[in-house]
Amino acid sequence: MKRIQTLNSRNLKDSLKVGGCGECQTSCQSACKTSCTVANQHCENKKK
Amino acid sequence: MVHQYKSNGYNIVLDVNSGCVHVVDDLAYDVIALWEKKTPEEIANEMLAKYGSAEGVDKKEIEQVIADVRALQEDGSLFSEDVYRDAVIDFKKRHAVVKALCLHVAHDCNLGCKYCFADEGEYMGRRALMSFEVGKQALDFLIQNSGSRVNLEVDFFGGEPLMNFDVVKQLVAYGRSQEKEHNKKFRFTITTNGVLLNDEILDFVNQEMGNIVLSIDGRKEVNDRMRPFRNGNGSSYDLILPKFRKVAESRHQDNYYVRGTYTHFNRDFASDVLHLADQGFEQISVEPVVAPSTADYAIREEDVPELCAEYDRLAKEILARRKAGKGFNFFHFMIDLTGGPCIYKRISGCGAGTEYLAVTPWGDLYPCHQFVGNTDFLLGNVYEGIKNTELQDKFKLCNVYARESCKDCFAKFWCSGGCSANAYHFSGDINGNYEIGCELQRKRIECAVMIKAAEAAMEAENAQEI
Repeated sequence: MKRIQTLNSRNLKDSLKVGGCGECQTSCQSACKTSCTVANQHCENKKK
Repeated sequence: MVHQYKSNGYNIVLDVNSGCVHVVDDLAYDVIALWEKKTPEEIANEMLAKYGSAEGVDKKEIEQVIADVRALQEDGSLFSEDVYRDAVIDFKKRHAVVKALCLHVAHDCNLGCKYCFADEGEYMGRRALMSFEVGKQALDFLIQNSGSRVNLEVDFFGGEPLMNFDVVKQLVAYGRSQEKEHNKKFRFTITTNGVLLNDEILDFVNQEMGNIVLSIDGRKEVNDRMRPFRNGNGSSYDLILPKFRKVAESRHQDNYYVRGTYTHFNRDFASDVLHLADQGFEQISVEPVVAPSTADYAIREEDVPELCAEYDRLAKEILARRKAGKGFNFFHFMIDLTGGPCIYKRISGCGAGTEYLAVTPWGDLYPCHQFVGNTDFLLGNVYEGIKNTELQDKFKLCNVYARESCKDCFAKFWCSGGCSANAYHFSGDINGNYEIGCELQRKRIECAVMIKAAEAAMEAENAQEI
């Protein structure tokens, strides 16, 4: 597409099928301690 | 839901429900803005009137853009539906397992930070150090209540945890001794002001801790104003800066954060972030203070435009430095567009009160460190477990769909509904709203995505040159 560039091909909907294992880091344990930020966290699901 | 904004010369379109990010030109930007308001014919006519005289734009070209937008919609990456609401209900019905503890090993501190939510370490209570026995029981409680979760997180927190370092060492050794038998992996972290940090402690931390959070606010005058010693003498900045540099280097500039708090007094906080970068730190987090609105240092609603402009300034400077090979990470601008957490994580909040609990020096359990000291939020203790299940059920239901203010917010799947403690402190309800925090969060996400757009453009430019 000439006038539209999509930066990511991943659709969050796909993670409905394989997500929810809970092995990823608790957001508040990273650095913040006063805010909730999940966008930068790694998925640690080994079964996907 | 679609969110559109212009930043640093980029036209950005976020499709909230799919998480897709599109960078578009002016014509496509306008077509998308009209997509749900007008028919394709009306859009085509309007665009022809606006862009018809521009080079390379004719009716055929406009129809192509409309076809592209339709294709993205059909593909589910633009104007996509929210199909997650039912999933969050199921997810929350699951039996809660605990996977992370914030261990308050010391309710005492050697600094007297003016904004301390922990009341200079004491949490509105008495000074106390956690005994090994209480800490051991906390780790046993974690193992027993973690179900099939393998990765368990324990943050040594305070007050100042290095005031009880012997117990920290003993607890790490105890945790490691239990890993094999229970098929668990402990990830220990520590949050420290650095006053007591020395080589022996650093060696131990580097061997055992997956992350170390180092508290420093930025420029010397900014740091020392809010982070004085308890007796008011000397400069904490001068004491901790060389130690923190050593930590950063010894950990090869990874798996640590220098972490600052900005307040009403340093609304030009980008200068503090850049100061920390200039001191050689590559992992930086500087966050707005959370304080009652009566405090003179609290962020006020009228500060928000100035603070948003600072985030813009910081984002541009980070890009310039990366281009020059002198980049650093700013925690709140880090965003993973291609990977990142699953939708369950994104809708189910921070886990406070369910999978994440705070433990006081005498073993009481609270939903998180921010609630410690408020006995209305006492959940139980490490010996008897969760006693107040009614309160825990309330936290189980904290998610982006429980907060009315999240409903129409584009940032909801990136901030996960925000901090329950902030919501409670400002609205009296853990599912309430802290609007200043939300406004700043939205700005940070816009900047983070803009940086991604700029980096993609830089990569394309470099590829062309090759």
